[in-house]
Amino acid sequence: MRWFVQLRMRIQMLIGRGKAGVRLDDELQFHLEQQIAENVAAGMSAEEAHYAALRAFGNPALLREQARATWNWTWLELLVRDVRHGVRTLMRTPGFAAIAILVIALGIGANVAMFTVVHSVLLKPLPFQNPERLFRLYEHSSDDMFAFNIVAGGVYAEWKTQNRSFSDLALLGDAVFNLSGENGQLPEIAHGTNCTWNLFTTLGVRPALGRDFTAADDQRSANGTVLLSWGLWKRRFGGDPAILNQAIHLNRRSYTVIGIMPAWFAYPDAATQLWTPIYHDKPASVMESLGDHEFQVIGRLHPGFTIAQGREDLSLIVRRLHDQHLNNPMISKAAEISPLLDDMVGDFKRPLYVLMSATGCLLLIACLNVANLLVARGAARRRELAIRTALGGGRLRLLREQLMESFLLSAAGGSAGMLLAYGAVQWLVHMRPDMSRVEAIHIDGIAALFTVGLIVLCALFSGVIASFATTDKRILSTLQSSARGSSSGQAGTGLRRSLLSIEIGITVVLLVAAGLFIKSYAHLRSSDMGCATENTLTMRLALFGGRYGQPAQLVNFYTALLERVRSLPGVEAAGFVQAVPGQGYWGDNGFSIVEHPPLPQGEAQFAIFRFADPGYFAAMRIPLLRGRSFDPSQRLDHAREVVVSKSFADTYLPGEDPLGKHLHSGPGAAYTIVGVVGDTRYTPSEEPKPMQYYPLFAGESDNGTLVIRSNREVEQLALPVQRIVRDLDHDLAVSDVLTMDQLLGKSTLDASFDATLLLGFAVLSLVLAAVGLFGVLSYIVAQRTNEIGIRMALGAQREQILRTVLLNGLRPALVGLAFGLFASAGVTRLIRSMLYGTQPLDPAVFTAVTAALFGAALVACAIPAWRASRLNPMIALRME
Amino acid sequence: MGKPSDLLQGTLDLLILKTLLMEPRHGWAIAKRIQQISGEVLQVQQGSLYPALHRLEQQAWIKAKWAASETGRQAKFYSLTAAGRAQLEKETANWSRLSTAIDLIVNEA
Repeated sequence: MRWFVQLRMRIQMLIGRGKAGVRLDDELQFHLEQQIAENVAAGMSAEEAHYAALRAFGNPALLREQARATWNWTWLELLVRDVRHGVRTLMRTPGFAAIAILVIALGIGANVAMFTVVHSVLLKPLPFQNPERLFRLYEHSSDDMFAFNIVAGGVYAEWKTQNRSFSDLALLGDAVFNLSGENGQLPEIAHGTNCTWNLFTTLGVRPALGRDFTAADDQRSANGTVLLSWGLWKRRFGGDPAILNQAIHLNRRSYTVIGIMPAWFAYPDAATQLWTPIYHDKPASVMESLGDHEFQVIGRLHPGFTIAQGREDLSLIVRRLHDQHLNNPMISKAAEISPLLDDMVGDFKRPLYVLMSATGCLLLIACLNVANLLVARGAARRRELAIRTALGGGRLRLLREQLMESFLLSAAGGSAGMLLAYGAVQWLVHMRPDMSRVEAIHIDGIAALFTVGLIVLCALFSGVIASFATTDKRILSTLQSSARGSSSGQAGTGLRRSLLSIEIGITVVLLVAAGLFIKSYAHLRSSDMGCATENTLTMRLALFGGRYGQPAQLVNFYTALLERVRSLPGVEAAGFVQAVPGQGYWGDNGFSIVEHPPLPQGEAQFAIFRFADPGYFAAMRIPLLRGRSFDPSQRLDHAREVVVSKSFADTYLPGEDPLGKHLHSGPGAAYTIVGVVGDTRYTPSEEPKPMQYYPLFAGESDNGTLVIRSNREVEQLALPVQRIVRDLDHDLAVSDVLTMDQLLGKSTLDASFDATLLLGFAVLSLVLAAVGLFGVLSYIVAQRTNEIGIRMALGAQREQILRTVLLNGLRPALVGLAFGLFASAGVTRLIRSMLYGTQPLDPAVFTAVTAALFGAALVACAIPAWRASRLNPMIALRME
Repeated sequence: MGKPSDLLQGTLDLLILKTLLMEPRHGWAIAKRIQQISGEVLQVQQGSLYPALHRLEQQAWIKAKWAASETGRQAKFYSLTAAGRAQLEKETANWSRLSTAIDLIVNEA
């Protein structure tokens, strides 16, 4: 029962607190009246009785306080009072509060956004069953130069049957599907994945609707089956379950939809829209090859096995294959494995952590700035605080008030920051669709917890630093020093100078890092691709189905397409190639030079290859250095010419005349080298690699990139060209319609993104540091107005005053600059691998940062210094 | 009369509970009663009395009710609860033990 009464009491005290206060007053008043009555009864006059009672009673306010202190919820009452007091104090200086909240909001917002990305992408386990046992399996490249090569179909089959360390292995490969329009829909290009039937069981995922693949589906002879992504199902099929067991047409072949994957499922990436069984789709020759490295392999490691054991197991198998087939030099000799999560997000690790450190620095600067502002305000309120202390205000209570203020600022800033972070995350996801696991990026409970943690951290950090400076134990001296005529105490300014130096030092580090990234990005974008990049349009095409079953049909299509595109008004030149510079590595093949002695057994040489039409080099302005391009009249089996790049000639035919030499690659007759062309880069960040161009008109390639060059707005040609494609084949969709500039922009997106973000953070912190410097100096000048007035009255020149104040402000800036440059020299080593063509100690960047920082500091200091030198001594002296 | 004796820590609670055992009283009456019974030795200061009353009320050992006083004015009357009675017994026992012990020491021959 007692607990019930206590509980009722608690509730009463919580909701009826005001009434309880009134009653307490009444109760005490009654006591007083009784005392008076007693006094009167004892023979005193009314007035005398009143005063005697009051004397006996003591301080009624104190008495009330003491009684209230025993009540429940007193802590809450005190908290509310502190909050109210804090809010009121902050409202008195709304400018200060707004700036501080904005600064914290920026700092916390940037951090929460980056944390959300890092947490969702890098840290969260993959949404599969026991994801820690899932691994990506690789072969070494056949020259052992690269340990993380993709895997040949035949090697996978051997691994699957012979390994002991994996409970399941699955194989997958990228596939592009031409999704035919049913019932009047437009055809579209859909990115998909060919996979072995057990991919989803290996991952431990079930379709949301329908059934998974079975081993029977995954055969050349089986009927086509397909699993759709949730997004494709919703978008193209209206989310209608009736699509199950219906046939759709992919590359003009019929596939039955057997299931829909869950909405959250995105493997191997978010762009994947459908999955088909690989042994059904790919010819046996590809699936059984031991030397054609084409596929990704994933595996689930048995619980009892270590990574090293798994690697050893696979390596032994592939090594045995290599030794059994010494005549095939493309078979690799060893295997490698790495956790699936690392494989998916490894490329983003370093950039994300760099950006996260940058936001961390930004938050630190924001906190330092707020601490600085609080110190300034605390100093301005020194007299008030001293008086309150003298009147009996507890030191703890004053400290609590100060912490409450900084907590209020942090909480307001953090809430605003959360909104900012929400926007920032949306923007990030929108900007970086290429990032792995981008679909998993959401602000969740952990991000919210992180925000709360940051708020508390900021509040403690800035509050504690600020209270260091303001809880002055020498009350008397404070009260005295505010007497007229003496310069204000210097307490706090030393601390503020150190804070400023730290702030400026961190800013310098950020600026240097941003500068390096920008320079690196500029290098990247200005790297010579070796071909035309202006007014050049590209679009990808893939030819499918029975209509292109014969090489001659492919060649006819290409001939007709190029003829009609070239005759379009405005088109200067057009060509067709498997992949243009900047579209990636694509593929390489092994070759031998007929005129050279054979390579030792087991050794191979290989180079990138492309199929190109005779007009491609002219269309892309790739210079023809020697010889000629392909003979356009040589078609199909007669097209046995090859064009090589300059670095190919230099690497494999040094000091020889490449023209007329013969390359052997694959089955069939050798190819004659008829020309040498300039080098091109397959991606902007890599030096040109040796390249071979084989004739498109041999009819061996069914997909590639159409390039169109014009002398004016080339994008206007996109629609007419697409119309030509439709006229030639109404069921054919083009994809990736991009100008060369856009294409290169896309391939350097990560570099530009990193550089832009980092620059943003650096500029922000520069502004914060400058504002901090300005604030401190303005404050010092305001404090010393009296002193400056006296100096002037005694004959000091304005220039002298200007110089003194300027030096006063520049000193912490210079200390910070030196410290920052020193730190940068160490820190930039860590980002060396992310820089392209730029040294971590790039003198131009360091000089530019020094100049920018010095300039900003000078401006920030010049204004208060100039103001000080303009002071009117009479007014300054009269001012109290 | 010299300075009123300071009440031993915690004994004020006992005194208040004891005072309320017979009938509900208001604060003034409690203070008066303690003063009278103790032969003017114990003077309860308001600064101790009201915090103690409020604390005991929060503990649910006593409960309060507003009623008309002997002069007709509304006053806050405190009375013992069941839990308060139990507490009183406990504290009384405690006190007897303590005072006996102190007696033994002080009156040692």
